[in-house]
Amino acid sequence: MFGKLSWAAIPFNQPIPMAASLMVIVGVLVVLGLVTWKGWWPYLWREWLTSVDHKRIGVMYVLLALVLLLRGFADAIMMRSQLALAAGGAQGYLPPEHYDQIFTAHGTIMIFFVAMPFVVGLMNFVVPLQLGVRDVAFPVLNAISFWLTASGALLVNISLVVGEFARTGWLAYPPLSELQFSPGVGVDYYLWALEISGIGTLLAGINLVTTILKMRAPGMTYMRMPVFCWTALAANMLIVAAFPILTATFGMLLLDRYVGMHFFTNDGGGNMMLFINLIWAWGHPEVYILILPAFGVFSEVIATFSGKALFGYRSMVLATLAICVLSFTVWLHHFFTMGAGADVNAFFGIMSMIIAIPTGVKVFNWLFTLYRGRVRYEVPVLWAIGFMVTFVIGGLTGVLLAVPPADFVLHNSLFLVAHFHNVIIGGVLFGGMAGYAYWFPKAFGFTLDRRLGAVSFWCWLIGFYLAFMPLYIVGLMGMTRRMQHYADLRWQPYLIVAEVGAIVILCGIVATIAQLVVSIRRREQHRDRTGDPWNGRTLEWSTASPPPEYNFAALPRVQSLDAFWALKQRGPVVPAEHYESIEVPSNSPNGFVTAFFAVVTGFALIWHIGWLAILGLACAALTLVAFGWMERIEKEVSGEQLAAAERTRLQQATPA
Amino acid sequence: MLDPQGPIASAERLILLNATAIMLVVVVPVIILTLAFAWWYRASNKRSIYSPDWSYSGHIELVVWSIPAMVVILLAGVAWTGSHLLDPPRALKSAATPIRIEVVSLDWKWLFIYPDQRVAAINDLVVPAGTPVEFMLTSATVMNSFFVPQLGSQIYTMPGMTTRLNLMADHPGDYPGLSAHFSGDGFSDMRFMVHAVPESEFSSWLTRTQGEATALDADAYSQLARAGSNTPVQTYSGVDPMLFEHIVQTTAQPLAAPRQED
Repeated sequence: MFGKLSWAAIPFNQPIPMAASLMVIVGVLVVLGLVTWKGWWPYLWREWLTSVDHKRIGVMYVLLALVLLLRGFADAIMMRSQLALAAGGAQGYLPPEHYDQIFTAHGTIMIFFVAMPFVVGLMNFVVPLQLGVRDVAFPVLNAISFWLTASGALLVNISLVVGEFARTGWLAYPPLSELQFSPGVGVDYYLWALEISGIGTLLAGINLVTTILKMRAPGMTYMRMPVFCWTALAANMLIVAAFPILTATFGMLLLDRYVGMHFFTNDGGGNMMLFINLIWAWGHPEVYILILPAFGVFSEVIATFSGKALFGYRSMVLATLAICVLSFTVWLHHFFTMGAGADVNAFFGIMSMIIAIPTGVKVFNWLFTLYRGRVRYEVPVLWAIGFMVTFVIGGLTGVLLAVPPADFVLHNSLFLVAHFHNVIIGGVLFGGMAGYAYWFPKAFGFTLDRRLGAVSFWCWLIGFYLAFMPLYIVGLMGMTRRMQHYADLRWQPYLIVAEVGAIVILCGIVATIAQLVVSIRRREQHRDRTGDPWNGRTLEWSTASPPPEYNFAALPRVQSLDAFWALKQRGPVVPAEHYESIEVPSNSPNGFVTAFFAVVTGFALIWHIGWLAILGLACAALTLVAFGWMERIEKEVSGEQLAAAERTRLQQATPA
Repeated sequence: MLDPQGPIASAERLILLNATAIMLVVVVPVIILTLAFAWWYRASNKRSIYSPDWSYSGHIELVVWSIPAMVVILLAGVAWTGSHLLDPPRALKSAATPIRIEVVSLDWKWLFIYPDQRVAAINDLVVPAGTPVEFMLTSATVMNSFFVPQLGSQIYTMPGMTTRLNLMADHPGDYPGLSAHFSGDGFSDMRFMVHAVPESEFSSWLTRTQGEATALDADAYSQLARAGSNTPVQTYSGVDPMLFEHIVQTTAQPLAAPRQED
């Protein structure tokens, strides 16, 4: 009846997982209780859960990322504490079977459920606004994509309470992840969560590629698109090309585990190197899926706050597309140590270095954007400058790892761990935080508290250096990743400094939360009625903050790059004489309901509950079909309503 | 890594330092310029020039594409020659005759077989200093990576497959080794010690071990193949020279029992 599921799945006898589970359960209950008590359900359902508005969906993606950052960070600080303690004969406080789950969950959550939703959320929110259009190409599909991503995140977190998570590392290399070596449900949680969220990500990618290629405002030619849109286009093309590989690879591993096939097993002609090649054929483009939009954010932020056009726009576009194409030609540098032979290793090493050329060009272009600018030190600029300094160090260590003979001694060491945290924290996360501070006033109509924003930045920056520079050193001393304890006492002082760094980062996270709370409480003081708090250059700043559901009362006519800047140069904006009435899509519970059944199906498959899996899948399919065929009612906003709204907005925007 | 004790490790450290130096030539000025520009062109500095529409310069574009390109051309040369000279299967130049050692990663221990001497050892690798060692490696369980940081290059051990690696210790000494690829719960204890000893001491170790009673027969091997960590150092005599080949072949067949779930 319940497959492999029994009371034994709940970790009653393990105090640490049990306490963590209880904290999560209590937290969820408190939030649900508060929502119920305040009577917020109808509002939440109407305005958020069933919304198909790209701005609301973008905000929910970013919220998901920030919430899961807390979970991923909790894992991180547990690992750092373990390694600060477990030196010499000491075993620390986490046994291997628990520690192994923690580092697997940390990597999985941070990449798939923090970094991904953060950048996808920013793109979702910003791209249609920057393109000067009213929504993405497929609004309902957009909601489905988001809720499928959230389903995956939910399944990963259910594993904390019911059962276990994978103990294989974040990419679940076989044969360790095969049934023979990982008979528990941990790997199944991992696989189904990522299959479900991966489909969501693929759909989101298709949606944004279509939007950018087919739906730009009149006059917005490709070479007039903001750089952020270019990076979003490149990242989403990579999603469309790479995510099917991930889904198929995990599909094969699932077939091995569920029906006894032999794609990657030791026996029966399986080969684990097939998996490792395939997973990195997805995995390397994936890092560019994350970093390219971050590059886009920095391009916007540096140009805006320097009060200057971006230097070398064409170079930037060319560099972005070069990275997009090259990212598919370097995957083998993740396993130079498999013994592929000198020619193969040298080829992939050099291809990997070539990516450093367009990336280097980008850094120089940002540098020359600052040159002869008027740099205003708002919080997004702090993140951008912090990024430029930190990222070139990560780039340097990355190129070192691309030299095969150097990689032979650095592979899988903490040097490698320090390198990718250097580019992911210093690049993706700083980019996400810069974008969050930059576009927050657009989303909510008030700016974030500056002082706490700066505190958060400095804590992250200093914490990052404290936490990861020592890891470079112990990596050079020969310490490998994923150790639960170690014998060499010389490593311990460095790992204690790293722990201190993690605590400083914790202060940064607390400051971010405090910033949000304080800013909401003082929102009237921070109110921005102009819609353009930063003296922006691109079209998202030409409409109200928060933008109306339809984004623009009349679609802007684009005549040049930095369309809004050019418009402002021509004098004050006046309301048009006449507005065409527009139709906006009405809400749809399709995404939420489908995703609910996706969670049910995933859970049933993980625990081998056949009937429930079939039922869940059938309900999900029925939901999709039923809502898909339903006559869609669109709301109409009349020309008069639009004209009135625009008049009020422009009156408010002009200081009295 | 920071304290190399063999030709491979020394060469790799040199490459690492050279590549770092080449890149620092660009990276350091970039960091300084970033901070300098960010400081000088701050909005409150009224003495700085402000050119809001300046966004293109063909000369600068040429320079910014050329600088990283030239660095990469230099580094590509380093990578190409380095990959070939330090290719793990490449035999080392030495007057001494190389010794053959076969390495098998087990759950969670290392088996070292000396096929020509018909001896074997667990978690302890005795080699003559100054003599090249030709390793053949495989895994009887999941993937691992054989790594002695002070001697240089690591290489994967993969079930059903064989990899090759050539290393040498210049001087007598004890060099810790480990698995550099996560392989399950007992991974952290997959450590071993490399004892590089003078030639004479190596011969006497061989004689001692060959005279030992414990033979590595089918029973003893299946005992070893069972999952378990912190296995004490142990030596064996009378080892079948075909054992390694046999392990490579049979790992591709179903094992008797899966790992126990705990």
